[in-house]
Amino acid sequence: MSHALPLDEVSAPAGTAGARWLDWFGVLAILALIGAQLLGVLTSPPERDMGHLQKILYVHVPSAWNAFVAFFVVAIASLLYLWKGDERHDLLAASAAECGTLFTALTIVLGSIWGRATWGVWWTWDPRLTSTAVLLLTFVGYLALRSFVEDADRRAQWSAAVGLLGALNVPIVYMSVRWWRTLHQMQSSPSTVDPEYVIGLRTNGIAVLLVLIYFIVKRYRAARMERLAEHLVERAALEGRDRA
Amino acid sequence: MAFSQDLRRVRAIIWKDLTTERRSKAGFNAVAFLGILILLLFGFALGPDAEALRNAAAGALWLAILFAGVLAFNRAYQLELDGGALEPLLLYPAPRWTIFAGKFAANLLFVLLVEVVIVPVAIVLFQVQSLAGWAPAAGVMVLGSIGFVALGTFYASMASRSRAREVLLPLLLFPMLVPVLLASAEASSALLAGNPMRDAGAWIKLLVAFDVIFVVASFLAFDHVIEV
Repeated sequence: MSHALPLDEVSAPAGTAGARWLDWFGVLAILALIGAQLLGVLTSPPERDMGHLQKILYVHVPSAWNAFVAFFVVAIASLLYLWKGDERHDLLAASAAECGTLFTALTIVLGSIWGRATWGVWWTWDPRLTSTAVLLLTFVGYLALRSFVEDADRRAQWSAAVGLLGALNVPIVYMSVRWWRTLHQMQSSPSTVDPEYVIGLRTNGIAVLLVLIYFIVKRYRAARMERLAEHLVERAALEGRDRA
Repeated sequence: MAFSQDLRRVRAIIWKDLTTERRSKAGFNAVAFLGILILLLFGFALGPDAEALRNAAAGALWLAILFAGVLAFNRAYQLELDGGALEPLLLYPAPRWTIFAGKFAANLLFVLLVEVVIVPVAIVLFQVQSLAGWAPAAGVMVLGSIGFVALGTFYASMASRSRAREVLLPLLLFPMLVPVLLASAEASSALLAGNPMRDAGAWIKLLVAFDVIFVVASFLAFDHVIEV
């Protein structure tokens, strides 16, 4: 691509202008996260059985919540894409899927460390753990599909279908693993959180949500600029401008 | 009237796919022998203790079916793609679901025939002694295969037309198969252990529910996927 692109169009195409607010939003999100972490870690008393290990709650649970938020966005955006066929919904779904995969991986790693320290095992075949792992693998497959398909329309259409089916599968996996475990008489006890930890947990949940929104928007804008640049190249090629 | 025409189209696709398969038999032989090979490997990995083998039999059988069967789905589209025949097939003035229904039925027959070969091998290799009735066992095989083949046919319609199709299909398909695998393996395991309709009955009901969900979802999603 040696020919000159109209760079002013690429750097600030319609709908992507004004990145300053996003940078400020990013700073705010990171500061909120630091603040919420400090609040959670400093104000909560050590837990009766776990001691200070309990602090991992403030990163593990917010990651899990927000991973689900991200995949909810993927499902909605995929549905909108299949309905309306607007490329922006596809790019939003892709951005949310990447961030959701990141937070799911984080959830599993943190949960595994926590589990090792409190239950003595890295992994148990609990419905929530198992369905989270399946969710992660489903969306790794989704991202692999996106990277293996070149044609943009095809990629958008296919990944919307795969994203929706993947989202549909998660509750089914959860229920089936639950039945599997109950038939084997090993239901895990529901964990309840003491009021002392709730405030730290909620604030961290919101702080991580801000970080997630920042990530998704940032990723979405990058994807959108990439696509707009591709469109410009296509248009230039169609008009025969690249020969000049 | 229109519906009976659609059914004739479905039958034509089933006939076409099975005829190409019957004339070469290469796909069937390869998949069936791969299934047997996987069962043997499971035996080596888990054996030689007869009790351990018997307990693992249902799970090993289903994994052998999954690993071998997954190779058949891309093939069902590959023959058409190589001959440039998928586009003409899409150009026929017929609803898209007829193509999926035809492919699904042909693949299902293919997988069931593979199972006819490898289930007896599994029974012999894993020294299964008590089987709680042939009818429920055959029912579980059919129900498990329906869910497996519906999702496999759907995902292969994309994977077969992308780069790296051999890796992509299992990567997309296997996470989706967790509920079907769980229900099929548990139901088969209960039947092999000889307690019919205690655990098995509940799992068979679940398997029917999963089949309905995934067959409907695949049918609906196929329309969107095959167009592009």
